This record gives sequence, C-alpha cells and structure tokens, in this order.
Amino acid sequence: MSTGAAFLDVESVEAVYGASILALRDVSLSVAQGEIVALIGPNGAGKTTTLRAISNLLGAQRGTLRRGAIRWRGEAIQRLDPADLVARGIVQVLEGRHVFGQLTVEENLLTGGYLRRPSRRQLAEDLERIYAWFPRLKQRRGAKAGLTSGGEQQMVAIGRALMTRPTLLLLDEPSMGLAPIIVAEIFEIVARLNREEGVSVLVAEQSANLVLDYAHRAVVLESGRVVASGSSAELAASGQLGALYLGGAGDETRH
Amino acid sequence: MPPALATLSGLGAGRRPALPALPARTAGLALLLAVAFVAIPLTATDYWYNAILIPFLIMALAGLGLNLTMGYAGQASLGTGAFMAVGAYATYNLLLRLPELPLPVSLAGGGLIAGAVGLVVGLPSLRIKGFYLIAPTLAAQFLIEWIFNQVGWFSNYATSSAISAPRLVFLGHDLSSPAGRYALTLTSVTVVTVVAWRLVGSQTGRNWRAVRDGETAAAVIGVPVARAKLSAFFVGAAVSGIAGALWAFAYLGTVDARSFDLDRSFQALFIIIIGGLGSLSGSFIGAAFIVLLPILLTHLSNAALGGALDGGQISNLQRIIFGALIIGFLIKEPNGLAALLGRLRRPAC
Repeated sequence: MSTGAAFLDVESVEAVYGASILALRDVSLSVAQGEIVALIGPNGAGKTTTLRAISNLLGAQRGTLRRGAIRWRGEAIQRLDPADLVARGIVQVLEGRHVFGQLTVEENLLTGGYLRRPSRRQLAEDLERIYAWFPRLKQRRGAKAGLTSGGEQQMVAIGRALMTRPTLLLLDEPSMGLAPIIVAEIFEIVARLNREEGVSVLVAEQSANLVLDYAHRAVVLESGRVVASGSSAELAASGQLGALYLGGAGDETRH
Repeated sequence: MPPALATLSGLGAGRRPALPALPARTAGLALLLAVAFVAIPLTATDYWYNAILIPFLIMALAGLGLNLTMGYAGQASLGTGAFMAVGAYATYNLLLRLPELPLPVSLAGGGLIAGAVGLVVGLPSLRIKGFYLIAPTLAAQFLIEWIFNQVGWFSNYATSSAISAPRLVFLGHDLSSPAGRYALTLTSVTVVTVVAWRLVGSQTGRNWRAVRDGETAAAVIGVPVARAKLSAFFVGAAVSGIAGALWAFAYLGTVDARSFDLDRSFQALFIIIIGGLGSLSGSFIGAAFIVLLPILLTHLSNAALGGALDGGQISNLQRIIFGALIIGFLIKEPNGLAALLGRLRRPAC
C-alpha cells in the first residue's frame, strides 16, 4: 500500500552469514517517497541484516546476499559500495551510533560533507542547517564526540548522515541505550525532517509502540521472515505485536 | 551576514579546538622557531649539532611520518625504517644521476619515491586491519633492506656497503659544515611539519581520523576509506623518506641500508607511542625523549659513577633507567607526553 512510486524495493531477499546461518529468508518490503517505514521485531529478527543488505555492508560481517534483488528508483543496487549509495541519496546511521570519538562534534559533521565536495561557504550553511535541527550540537560543537552523552552521540550520527543530503535515511535502532525522553526528542526530529524536508526513512526499532507513533507503515520481522505488515494504526490495533515479543507468533526456528 | 560569519569562524575553531589558547600557542611557536633558527646557530657547538640537534630533528620527522599513517589514520606500520631507506637511496640516486637538480628538489623527489613505495606497502591495508597489518609492513621492512644490500645499481656498485654521500651544495653554499647541515635539517623539518599540520586539519586529515575511529561508520557516510588509507600510507612514507634522506646526508654522511633496519622502525614507533599518537607535537616530544634522554643519562651516570663502575655496567644501568622511565611515563599518561603536557597547561580541564 505504497503512497507513491516505488522508491526503495527489497524483493525476496535471502541473506546468509558465514555460508551457514540463514539470517533473512524471502524478505520483501518497499519504501515510497516521503514515507517513514518502521522495521520492527525482537532481537535476532533480521532488522539490522535487512538494513545492512540495503547499504551493502553485509560483507564486513562475512555475510552475503544469496537471493533476491534490491532496487533504488528502479536501479539494482546490490553491487554498489556505500560511497556510491551515499552519492545516490541513501545513507545509513549504524546501530550503536559509532561517532568518531577523537574528532569534535563539528568535525564529525564535516566528514559527512565529503562526497559532495561543497564549497567552504556551502559547508558552513549545511552545518548551520544541522545545528538548526539539533541545537544541542551547536553548544557542544568543540567537544570531542567520544566525551558527549549517548543522546548527543546519536544526534551527531544522524546529523552527520544528514550532511550528505540524503533522500532516504536508514536508521538502525536509534533508541538503543537512551533515556525515553531523549528517544522521543530524536524521533520528533526525524518526523519533522520527514514532514518538512521530505526525507524518507526506514527505521529498525525494537520498541514497537514508540516507533509506531511516528511511522506511516511498519513491517514486522521475526526469525528472518516478514510476519506482518501494514499501516501503523492497523498493526497497533491488531494486538499482534504483544504476542511477537512474548513468543507464540510464528514458529521459533533458529539455525 | 553575521550568522554565516560566525559559522566560518566556527569552522576555524573546529580545525583548532583550542581557540582561546591560540594566541599563547602562536607566541610559543614563534619563540620556538626564533630559538631554533636564530639563537641556536649563534651559540651551538659542533657537538650539539652532530650529537643532539640534528638526530633529534630527523627522528622527530621520521616519527611524524609514522604518526600520520598510524596516529592519524590508524594504519599500523613497522616499515618506517624501510621508507627512510627508500628516501635515502632515492635522493642519493637523484643527486648522482641528475646532478643538475637542486638539492631541495632531489630531497622532495626522494620523499615522493618513498611515498610511492609506501602506497604499495599500504595496499594490504585494504584487506587487513589493526595489528595484523604490522605483518605485511614488517615483510616490506625486511625485503627493502635486503634489496638495497643485494642490488648494486642502487648504491652505484660501490664496493663498500656504506657509500659516502655527495657533497651538499645549495645555491653555491656548501652545507657540509655542522651548522649548514643543521640549517638544511631544520628548514626541511619546518616546511614538512607545516605541510603536515595543514593536511591534518583539512578534509583529508578528517577522513584519516574518521577511518581510524570507525571504518564502517566512515564508509556509510561516503568517506572513501580505501583512498584515505592509501593516501595516509603515501604521505606518511614520503615524510619518513625525507627524514631518511636527511639521516643519510645531514647526519651520517653515508648511505647505508643497515642504518635503516627494524630497530629504526621500532624507534619511530616508540617515539609516537611515548610522544602521543595523533599529535604532531607528540612526534617532537617523543623524539626528544628517545634521542636526548640516553645522552643525558650517559652524561649523568658518567659524572656520578664514572670512577666506581666500568663502562659496560654503566650502559646497562642506563638501559634499565631508560626502560623504567618509559614505563613510568606511560602509566602516568597512556596517551603520551603531548597529552601530559596539554593537561599541565590546562590544569582546570
């Protein structure tokens, strides 16, 4: 039930780690332009693997895509390296933030501006734009990123990704290890980015109830399979999600 | 437009985080350069030039080269000695075969050739990470040393393995005197350090540090990881190569592959570990520690124990004290002496 032309299309993807562990089986999903799609499910469901498959990072964990296709605006993107994807407008914010600890907050943001090779003046404007979204970061611009709080680091990671001027943002577990109030602040900003700048978002998240407040649609993964999908309202109303985390939804088979 | 202006000055601040301390730092640097360029030549003796100042400056430069590759870009290397050898032999051959080239061009050319070799040695870094990367650079260290000993062309078929360096002449001035060699070394080190300082504050330097702090995180926001690693090897090896050429021409006066062995690589590594990884000034502080402290210890122990103990025991004692000092300093400040000095300057932080 996409609202526009298919933007990102993941088709029957199967991913394996180390040639033996099946992490994704027959996962299909799509993100339309201007949408926020949530990817929800418990630990080990394959959320991160799905995002890593899209941004072609599986190789770093000895994983491969065995079957299926991933298309971005009609173009097959499985063979493109991350820098090419960034150039095409897809950027990922990794799980666990991964800021460059020894660089200052501002230097972290500046690394995101590399690919477009902007002028000095444009880089300054882009920085101002990020600081407008995350005023907290402006106060801490000179601090070493490794010494900032978890919430600030998540903001740095998202801000750094926004410096690439993406059209699709892949967010992996932005709530990890953060206080609920900070998580709400971050989701609020992501929702505003979506509304005001038209950035599409695919967000993997464990806390389903929270992310459903912000997402238009959601895809539920379990043991590497899509077990449900639909609009956020439908899924929240169906009561399926409780069963998912407490066990009993679908058969539990692990390899 | 005030906001844009504020941001531009903010960009400057990002480059040099210690903006409020900057005037003091600039004054300190100016004083340091004035002492190095003016006061020392007026007062120093030949002993100071030959035994202390020249080796200190050259090893600081060699450490700085390794610091760019390892401290800034996070690519471990034990090939510094080999890169220095390449720089020395390349400069020697340029001086020998293209005598019309002025000395600075031959030096820079030696550096560029060493950089090219460093780029090749750095190729395994695209597949191998962390400490494992030491293995291929170690292999390069042994291989390159062996090649210079075996292939006669590099040493112009000299019968002795230590070939004497050509005379150092620049713009009609003979630089063979200790003061002349000091001037050559100091000028080269200053120029290369300024270039390195500009580079680490640029987008290239940020990319190096981004790759060091998180390779995957750098890749997903579009930092060209392979290019950052290879450019770090190129620049680092080029700087070490210039240091190697200076070591041969301005310090030893001979070109000899044996003076660029694995020990030299370790010395550069200790310089940056003790001085501070990822700190330009750390390379100088570390070199001062590694090069000067043994000399100081020799003088002190000779003065204190000269009559009581024989020479061999004194030199063993020095090694023990030297090792204990290294351990002591690293316990006090694992991030190196540069960080220790930084903390002393700003006790409030």
